[in-house]
Amino acid sequence: MIGPPVIEALQMALVLLAAPGLVGIVRAVKARLQRREGPPLVQPYRQILRLLAKEVVLAENASWLFRTAPYLILALTWAASSVVPTFSTGLAFAPLGDLIVITALLGAARFLLALAGLDIGTSFGGIGASREAMFASLAEPAMLMIVVTLAIAAGSTQLSTIAAFMLSPAAGLRFSFALALVALVIVALAENGRIPIDNPATHLELTMVHEAMVLEYSGRHLAMIELAAALKLLLTISIIACIFFPFGLGLPGFAGFLVGLLSYAMKLGIAAILLGVFEVSIAKMRVFRVPELLGAGLMLGLLGTLLLYVSRGL
Amino acid sequence: MIVALLAGTALLLVLALAGAVARGQGPRLYAAAAIVTALSAVLALASLASAPATLTLPLGLPWLGWHFRLDPLSAFFLFVVDLGAASASLFAIGYGRHEEEPGRVLPFFPLFLAALQLVVLADDAFSFLFSWELMSLASWALVLVHHRDRESIRAGYVYLLMAVLSGFALLLCFGLLAGGAGAYGFAAMRLAHPAPGLAALALLLALLGTGAKAGLVPVHAWLPLAHPAAPSHVSALMSGVMTKVAVYAFLRIAFDLLPVPPGWIGLIVLALGGITAVLGVLYALMQHDLKRLLAYHTVENIGIIFIGIGLAMVFRAAAGEEAAAALALTASLFHVFNHSVFKSLLFFGAGSVDVATGTRDMERQGGLIHRMPRTGFFFLIGCAAISALPPLNGFVSEWLTFQAILLGPGLPEWGPKILIPVDGALLALAAALAAACFVKAFGVTFLGRPRSAAASAAEEADRFSLGAMGVLAALCCLAGIFPAVVINALAPTARTLVGAAMPTQSFFHAFVPWGAIIPVAAARSSYDGFAIFLLLVAVTGLAIGAARRLAAHAVRRAPAWDCGFPDPRPETQYTATSFAEPIRRVFGPAVFGAASAVRMPAPGSLSPARIRSALRDRLWEIFYAPVAGVVERLATSADRLQFLTIRRYLFFVFAALVALLLALALTQ
Repeated sequence: MIGPPVIEALQMALVLLAAPGLVGIVRAVKARLQRREGPPLVQPYRQILRLLAKEVVLAENASWLFRTAPYLILALTWAASSVVPTFSTGLAFAPLGDLIVITALLGAARFLLALAGLDIGTSFGGIGASREAMFASLAEPAMLMIVVTLAIAAGSTQLSTIAAFMLSPAAGLRFSFALALVALVIVALAENGRIPIDNPATHLELTMVHEAMVLEYSGRHLAMIELAAALKLLLTISIIACIFFPFGLGLPGFAGFLVGLLSYAMKLGIAAILLGVFEVSIAKMRVFRVPELLGAGLMLGLLGTLLLYVSRGL
Repeated sequence: MIVALLAGTALLLVLALAGAVARGQGPRLYAAAAIVTALSAVLALASLASAPATLTLPLGLPWLGWHFRLDPLSAFFLFVVDLGAASASLFAIGYGRHEEEPGRVLPFFPLFLAALQLVVLADDAFSFLFSWELMSLASWALVLVHHRDRESIRAGYVYLLMAVLSGFALLLCFGLLAGGAGAYGFAAMRLAHPAPGLAALALLLALLGTGAKAGLVPVHAWLPLAHPAAPSHVSALMSGVMTKVAVYAFLRIAFDLLPVPPGWIGLIVLALGGITAVLGVLYALMQHDLKRLLAYHTVENIGIIFIGIGLAMVFRAAAGEEAAAALALTASLFHVFNHSVFKSLLFFGAGSVDVATGTRDMERQGGLIHRMPRTGFFFLIGCAAISALPPLNGFVSEWLTFQAILLGPGLPEWGPKILIPVDGALLALAAALAAACFVKAFGVTFLGRPRSAAASAAEEADRFSLGAMGVLAALCCLAGIFPAVVINALAPTARTLVGAAMPTQSFFHAFVPWGAIIPVAAARSSYDGFAIFLLLVAVTGLAIGAARRLAAHAVRRAPAWDCGFPDPRPETQYTATSFAEPIRRVFGPAVFGAASAVRMPAPGSLSPARIRSALRDRLWEIFYAPVAGVVERLATSADRLQFLTIRRYLFFVFAALVALLLALALTQ
């Protein structure tokens, strides 16, 4: 039998190793749909290794905050991902925090990233940080409203309990869950700076948000940032999968463990393909259209909550 | 215990007298005040769980005497008061040297501290109101320290008016509570059972009176004017401590003196709390004066505290929800403690920045993290704590408030069913906007490049100021990492107020099961600050260690990349105003009636492009301008009475006499 500490260690290693691969799949899908050859799947790994081997070019007035932020951002994202049931619900770290704690850990990572963007004192760093702050000020409440919706239905904010509830027949098909899923997808796109909110592939100055904040990073610092960004993508997909598609989770025995692992890999693959298809088929929004989208996410979350307050069955 | 505490208060009064005489002895006075209040804080902490103790002194009204009482509620707030007072005094040992007119601060500072302590200890209406007004007047004198400053004068005027309003509302409230027989002792009020309508009216008056002191919207307008105008250690006390004393007064009246009020008053408190939280942070985002930004954040945090109190009132009014009420109240009290700690810390940081650069305007700062590394580090901890980031303390109290909100669906009535989730959304919005605001506050002030000569020549703060900031920063971390200790310490207070407490939280378990705080049930929600902290340390260490071993070590300093067009002028950086511009565009039109116009020069013209944006203070226009207008008009029309002949005055006297006699005859 595999104990919770082993599963936890396995998961923490697995998410870190799988995250760049997930980014690779999304990029490959997009390249194929655009009739490009595209980079090989292992390109993100190569990129991180190459960045690690390069020297750091530090701007002249970079402070200690700029130099420590990448490690802290990676650590916060990684710590958040240690609480999310990916392929098994028996995690040793599960009691550390609930979905609100995960949101807050990601918020802390974003706080540091925005500060790092302001540290050098360039206009691009500022534009990225200020726009990220605006997105976050709408995306985070939307996320918390989704949490409230789920918590009222499942009677818990603990992800493992929510997953168990979603697997039980008591969950059923509810209108509020559909609203929450749509809202969660919007929030996930915003959190990860994907199209239509932000373009992860851009280096066109005025459209950058995430890329503008990390513009001054290089070498091992940039490697940490890239790894953290990939990990965050994997983490948000894992949260969606754990809440709305918890198939294969929580089965007993070693066979159940293997089923969980396989179904998790399958879920990641499907999500990566869907994301790639979605990104290719839609254009990026103007920055000031984004608040409308995120506000819609917030309202959907609130609507879901109110529906559940009116009747637990909706 | 209570005698020792009162001896401390008496010592502070002696210090106030000494301050009036010995003006050159500022540092010694502050040191003495720091020692006295630190000892009081220890005593208050020790008596958190002890049984109520009372004491009567033959002062005050002759037939009433001056009653004091130390119970778990007053002990907790006394601890908050004394902790803030001790740290402010420690900070002032160094900071006070920069004061231009110490004679205007030294007598009133210990007086203010003594008044704060007396309010919390008072056990009858007379001594309470006397101490309350003493607190208002002492702080008013401190607001007017820079009395030649036009803004200070306006701040002092508005503050005095609102203090009068607050005192007047409380006077009426206690009058209703005392009843026709005039039983002004709190002990008698607890036993009296006023009629429900009367009790509700008294509670609403208490909400007005204490809300005007705490900074609840719409009676908040004085706060962002008055708090920044005072010297920074006084600002810290006003924001961190005096607003909490107002919260204490509301809790004392609503949960102790009055019988259980109906739920709809709780809903009013809940609604006001949510509105206050969001409006406070939105106003804060629009500021570029560092201290005013912090003052508006006090408004926001008072809103969060009142959300918790409102929830507790709603749960308390419902049958069988004592545990939920205890959770909501504990969250609120936890936030009271947290806010007093990090707001004092932030005001100390702002004061140090003010001293170092000579201005509170963020647009003239930048890059201070290089010149003031320690202040910057402590200020960063304060910013992260107030932005509710784990593993610091602000997160725990907001998390607990959320857990209380999630218990809302258990209530049967429709009012709470609709309002509680909306308040949850408002709380979430306020928390997210607060994080954005503190990215701005820290990023523009401490990061980037200096925007003025003064900022590039700033000096690190003195060791006393740094010591005070360091202690508070450590408290922010400790209360966040070991929240179970705080929650357990708050249990007696919660039990006094709602008759129940949160389940005792375990900590220092041998890791399995983890020492997580569990508000309701383990399967429902849990948070383990200590384990999260350990995990973060371990994982960060792992990342840094891996980078050390695997990655190249070379570091080269070079000009900023900036997409190939680095501009050395610091004006090209984002400013506080430009940082908040996207958020202003999203929320501004609705909340502030914001309008901005861009004037673009014709192509080829060399004149600069200009953007002009204007914000309106809608709250001022709705709530204050009409009142001021009516008063103005009344005053103008009454003005005519001033220049009459003596015959006319005699006629008026005669007419008034006749009218009164007629009224008497008609009513008899």
